[in-house]
Amino acid sequence: MTTTAASGVAHDYEIVIGLEVHTQLLTASKMFCSCGARYADDAPNSHVCPVCMGMPGVLPVINRQAVEYTLMVGLALHCQIPEFSKFDRKNYFYPDLPKGYQISQYDLPFCRDGYLEIQLDGQTKRVGVTRAHLEEDTGRLVHIKDGMGDAYSLVDLNRAGVPLLEIVSEPDMRSPEEARLYMQKLRAILVALGVSSGRMEEGSLRCDANVSVRRRGETKLGTKTEIKNMNSFRAVQRALEFEAQRQIAEIEAGRRIIQETRGWVESKGITVSQRTKEEANDYRYFPEPDLPPLTVAREWIAEIAERLPELPDARRERFIARYQLSAQDAEQLAADRPTADYFEATVAAMTRGDEPSRAKAAANWLNGELTRLMKEAEQEVADLKVTASGLAGLLDAIDAGTISTTQGKTVLERAFASGEAPVAIIQREGIAQLSDTTELEAFARQVIAANPKAVEDYQRGRTNAVQFLIGQVMRQTKGRAKPDSIQPILIAQLDALSAE
Amino acid sequence: MSISREDVQHIALLARMHLTEDELQVMARQLSGILEHIAVLQEADVSSVALTATLLPQSGVMRADVPQPSYTPDLLLANAPDREDQYLRVKAVLD
Repeated sequence: MTTTAASGVAHDYEIVIGLEVHTQLLTASKMFCSCGARYADDAPNSHVCPVCMGMPGVLPVINRQAVEYTLMVGLALHCQIPEFSKFDRKNYFYPDLPKGYQISQYDLPFCRDGYLEIQLDGQTKRVGVTRAHLEEDTGRLVHIKDGMGDAYSLVDLNRAGVPLLEIVSEPDMRSPEEARLYMQKLRAILVALGVSSGRMEEGSLRCDANVSVRRRGETKLGTKTEIKNMNSFRAVQRALEFEAQRQIAEIEAGRRIIQETRGWVESKGITVSQRTKEEANDYRYFPEPDLPPLTVAREWIAEIAERLPELPDARRERFIARYQLSAQDAEQLAADRPTADYFEATVAAMTRGDEPSRAKAAANWLNGELTRLMKEAEQEVADLKVTASGLAGLLDAIDAGTISTTQGKTVLERAFASGEAPVAIIQREGIAQLSDTTELEAFARQVIAANPKAVEDYQRGRTNAVQFLIGQVMRQTKGRAKPDSIQPILIAQLDALSAE
Repeated sequence: MSISREDVQHIALLARMHLTEDELQVMARQLSGILEHIAVLQEADVSSVALTATLLPQSGVMRADVPQPSYTPDLLLANAPDREDQYLRVKAVLD
């Protein structure tokens, strides 16, 4: 729970949130034409044709893969899939929409009445999914103001016509944190299904929220506002926290909430009113006459259900049961399919110990050191240069005592940066732990000779002088010596000195 | 069935058109005329006909997800009223 919502006046209010999530689907071609749907960074209007440019006389044809992806999501979200579905035209004028209407679905979406489960404070909460429907993405506008003060817009239609799946939740969420967890779980499912890249920062996954507040005990919903432009999970939570507080403050000040669209301004941490000229609900939907309705065969649904991959919740439970991971470790790993795949590949490639102990080490390093490195470099598992078998080699070397944990971290950092296999780095740089007693004895003698004060302390009975000397040997050996092997050697030499 | 001046004004707003007072009056009269003309359809007895979303005989027509090359951008942008590099250029739009 947020500090603000838990404190003072805010506690008298309940926050009600519903989310509308849009995701581009990872098809090779667009929704209604054969233009390529992977346009990232390509020249403007290089993936366009008469259909997605909305030229007169052209006809759309439905991309079967996009429908199949939609049905996969519907099944994963426990939706009902009606046998009969159709597309409709949503009419509005804006230059990002070349036809003057968007092909969408109005009253007969592919999926309806499902749910998704989130984990909060050890409890499972079910959030209703009202519907999931298929539509087409719009073009991209670049707003320009030239030196003369003239304003105009540039239109790139590469994105126009890319399949877009809209998933609408029930107003079942009661805190910004729940909204973030819903969004994260939904992303995990979409990525696990392989239908979405899940990249919010690139806009391929987008989230709008309907939020209202009401006094606790009130059953009627308050007036809602729609929040747009939240480009990360963190932004979802922050924007909703801000908006709920704003609404509560308005009501407390005796004002009424105005139903409106508000944009989240990340840099300022506030939502601001976005006046839209379009009047609400004036999209004049009607059935798309250019597309025949679809009969979704039950055999098709059964066949898709058969092929559904393991979903994050099931994978988390399997990680706990099979690898004996903690619930927290399992949740963190299973929430992202590439991470979960990487984890399992690492465990499979490790050669020492039993499976749970291998899993424990892999989870610790993946959720710990590797996650830290990825965060610093703003990378994801998919970007990793260290392979799962590379990490496995490193963890085996640590388990075998060839290198210390500290050395392991150094090796991982280098492998992370260069892509060289950790085992190759260990061999090339000679980063193996010193286990040769003669060599260690030489280092110990050196350190004892250089630190007469510590030796004196030891002889006076101060045992922590030994710790200091161990530290010195570690320094001399650049961390290649194991403290447990140094200690007996040092003590033996010190005691021999005292006996003289 | 008639279309009022206010109806025309609303439709013009949705269509992003600016109409003068005179044009609003003319449009209201003409659109009303069209609706009256079409209203003859209301007289047909359709009580025995089921509602439908389409008049096409087939359903479930879909294509495989295979990208195909299209025309060149230059050709596709050839009829654009205005362009800048490979972009279409339009009047400023306020969001």
